[in-house]
Parts: sequence; structure tokens; C-alpha cells
Amino acid sequence: MTGFNTLFYKEILRFWKVATQTLTAPIVTAMLYLLIFGHVLEEHVQVFPGVSYTGFLVPGLVMMSVLQNSFANSSSSLIQSKITGNLVFILLTPLSHWEMFGAYVLAAMVRGLAVGAGVFLITVWFAKLSFVAPIWILLFAILGSAILATMGLLAGIWAEKFDQLAAFQNFLIVPATFLAGVFYSVHTLPPFWQAISHVNPFFYMIDGFRYGFFGHSDVPPYTSFAIVSLFFLIVATIAVSLLKSGYKLRH
Amino acid sequence: MSAIQIRNVKKRFGSLQALGDVSLDIQQGEFFGLLGPNGAGKTTLISIIAGLSHADSGTVSIQGHDVVTDYRQARRLLGVVPQELVFDPFFTVRETLRMQSGYFGLHNNDAWIDEVMHNLDLTGKADSNMRSLSGGMKRRVLVAQALVHKPPVIMLDEPTAGVDVELRQTLWKFIARLNREGHTVVLTTHYLEEAQALCNRIAMLKLGQVVALDSTAALIKRISGSQLVVKLAEGTLPVSLHALLSHPDVVNAEKKYTLRVTDPAEVESILARLREANLKIEDMQLHQADLEDVFIQIMDGGK
Repeated sequence: MTGFNTLFYKEILRFWKVATQTLTAPIVTAMLYLLIFGHVLEEHVQVFPGVSYTGFLVPGLVMMSVLQNSFANSSSSLIQSKITGNLVFILLTPLSHWEMFGAYVLAAMVRGLAVGAGVFLITVWFAKLSFVAPIWILLFAILGSAILATMGLLAGIWAEKFDQLAAFQNFLIVPATFLAGVFYSVHTLPPFWQAISHVNPFFYMIDGFRYGFFGHSDVPPYTSFAIVSLFFLIVATIAVSLLKSGYKLRH
Repeated sequence: MSAIQIRNVKKRFGSLQALGDVSLDIQQGEFFGLLGPNGAGKTTLISIIAGLSHADSGTVSIQGHDVVTDYRQARRLLGVVPQELVFDPFFTVRETLRMQSGYFGLHNNDAWIDEVMHNLDLTGKADSNMRSLSGGMKRRVLVAQALVHKPPVIMLDEPTAGVDVELRQTLWKFIARLNREGHTVVLTTHYLEEAQALCNRIAMLKLGQVVALDSTAALIKRISGSQLVVKLAEGTLPVSLHALLSHPDVVNAEKKYTLRVTDPAEVESILARLREANLKIEDMQLHQADLEDVFIQIMDGGK
């Protein structure tokens, strides 16, 4: 366990030492979204009956922060270590592929969930929220962060330059989170775009998460849970087998 | 049991055959030198032993533990100082060394960490961030990181490249001590006098093949003791002396000849023959063969 614990601790320490950039900045960004979109749309949009737009927006922003920061942590840690070459210090040790997977993913989840909690604690004062099913809230936050942390690991393993990682982030992760219903309910979209949204696994993370607050969702939470769990198993299996084979890490 | 056993290791990068069927046994307690020009495959071989690269075929084991199938045990037994000067800019020297211990499953390793830092003159920098260290200091930390888990087998890949005299001496004093205490040491270096002074056995690699493998003393003996270099004012070397030439095929415009001398008494007979042939010597030197001569002879040998 010591090897795993050490790598986990190192990964936590890494983002903690630059907390302004890794924790405070994303919380401020989420607050700006809330202030701007909430101000502009509050009077015009009501997604669920009896829920204000700002109220609707808060869980979406929290989950978006959880997802994006989980991804950012594992991906940037790995690519930095690869490019600066200090990944060798981990590759030379007896750490197994399971230990590496667990430590990188858990530490990234901690960052994602910490940012999410920070966004929640600040934005919650701007809206009236209910908490219909807190277990779903926790479950989807944890699963969502685990998935994005694992995808970050995959991106970090695959990318050879910061440029490639940025492409992964800007053309895949950001659109997928933005189009997953952070700012709107996909129910309000035309049928074609609704169907497209249902292919996006990120949609189920945010939809299930929001169900925990309002008891309303576009799809039943059990369906979302099943889809999200399956998606996690798929990305985790890929990540563990890449780590085991040494793909792009051991030549 | 060998400290490192390498069996028929082959490795190809695209069209480049980096290693072609290398087999080597390094015994426990040896101070072993791995020499060869750039691109000979030294670092590739070290990477395969360390598990940083996978061989295309063949096997490597550390004290009997296969580096692929039993990698956890193999890596516990091995400490590697990489050639590149790498570091993690987020941490201090002590944090770096504590974490490296942790990766190897060691808790409360501070007593040994302090001893390693003391021996590498790092104690004063223990709480400095890695970023703030000079190149030489970073190199010391790299060595310390390889030693945190007291590995019985230590591999150093060009540890003294671009390093000042003081660090070289500090480093070799410490490594030699570890070797006396029973650690096996494998070293690659471009400084042949360093290899000659430290290594008891040497393998020379060329284009991915082991072209020489012997004790350092036996390798130097191959070049048959000393060399007599004579420069003639005029005329050419008598045919009777051609058998002694080190480089018989070299076209010699300067009339400078290098002759092998196994016994100092031979010098007298060589000079006598030159006198008989009425040749005038312009300049003459007698020098003891060293590893560099052997290296050049072996590396040029195939031409």
C-alpha cells in the first residue's frame, strides 16, 4: 500500500502547491458563468416547474467543474511528467499498473470534487435549491469525476505534446460537457439534437446529478446510473490495459 | 546467481537495429563498465534492464527475477541513475527523496536519506526546491534517488557527463564504498580513464553488439604492453619491423610509426635495426597502453 499511498499523496501535493491555479481559478470561473447566465436568463427561462433558472444552473455548473477539473488533473500531471522526463522516477519503481491507475484517478477525483464543492458552497447562496435525493447527488459526482479522471489519464498517456492534449480537451471534453445540458435541459431541444445529446455520456452524468436536487430529470436516474457505470468500466478497462502494456510510456 | 543476466536481447527501432542479440552476465559485487561510442546501444540496454523499454526478444533478469514477468521484485533490486537530467519542479530535495522511498514501499526512510544526502554533499540543499538547484546538484539528487531503497544492483548511465571534478570525486568515493560493501555497480561513461580506474570488467558495445568482454586488465594487455612511436627524419621503416606495427595498413606520410612492444628490452633491438638501416630518428616516444588505445583498436577493428 505504501507505493500507492505515496503516488496518491504526491498527486494531491502537486495540485495543492499550485492551488490558486487548480482550485481557486475554476471556482471563480464557475461563479462568473452563474452571474452572467443567471442574470441574463433568469427572467426568460424556466426549465422545471417551480425551479428558477439560477437554481437549475447551479447543479450543472457544479458538475461541469467536477468533470473538467478531474480531467485537467490527471491529464496535465501525466503529460508534464512525460515531457519533462520525470515520469521515469515512477516507471523505475515496483508500482503496478493498478496502483498507478488508482493513484492518478483518485487524486484527480479529489481535485474535481474539491472544486465542485467550492463552486457549490459559493453558488448555493444565489439560488433556492432543494435536495430531493442526496445519494444520487454524491453517486453521480463520484462516478462523473472517476470517468473524467480516467479519460484524463488516457489523454495523458496518448498525447505526446501539450498541443495534442489541448486538442483533446478543447475539441472533445469541453464541447461534450457544454452540450450535455449544463445550461439548458436537453428536453427543450429539437428532436434531432435531443437524440444527439442522448449519445453523449456526459449528458447522463449531469442529468442524474441534477435529479438528486430537483427530483426532475430528462431520463430516469437508474438509466443514467447504468449508462454512466458502464461507461466508467469501459474507460477504466482501456486505461488499465494501456498502463499494463506500457503503451507510449515504456518504449 | 548473476546480478544481471542478459540473454539474446534484441531491440529494433524502426529500421535501426539498436541491439542485435546481446548476451551478458554481470556477477554480484562487480564494478562493471559498459563502453561504446554514441549510438552503440548502451542506453537502450540499460532501459531494457530497467524496464523502461521492452526487448523485442530475449530475457533479462536481476538476481534471478525476470524484469518483465517478475518486474516488481526485479525493480526493488535495481537502482538506476538516468542519463537525462530530469527532476520534478514541484518538490524540494527531501520531498523528492521521501517520495522515491515511498514508491519502493519504504516508510520512515529518513536515516538512510540523511546518510545518502550527507555522502553526496546534499545536506545543505535538503529543503531547497529542485528548480533552484544547479545542474551538478540536480545530478546528485538523481544519484540519491537511485539509492533510496539500497538496491543491491546500481546502474549509472553516464553519471559524470558535464559534471565538475569535485562531484566526480564525491560520487566515485561513495559508489566505490557501496561496491566494497557488496553492491554491484554497472557504469556507462565516455571517460575511459574513469572506467579504467573503477571497473574490474568491461564490455564494449558497437552497433548493438558486444565486441569485447573481458577484465579491464586483460583488455589492456591485449594491446601488448607498450607502444613505441618513432618518427623518422627520412627513409621508410625496414620490412623486418613491419610485423610490429600497430596499424600496418595506415598510409604514413609523416613517417611516424607505432610499434608494439611487449618487453622493454625489445626497444633496444628495434633501435639497433633502425641504426643498421642507416635511418635517422627525429622523434621517439614510449607510452604505456591504456583503455583508450584498446577502445580505439576495437572500435576501428572492423574497418
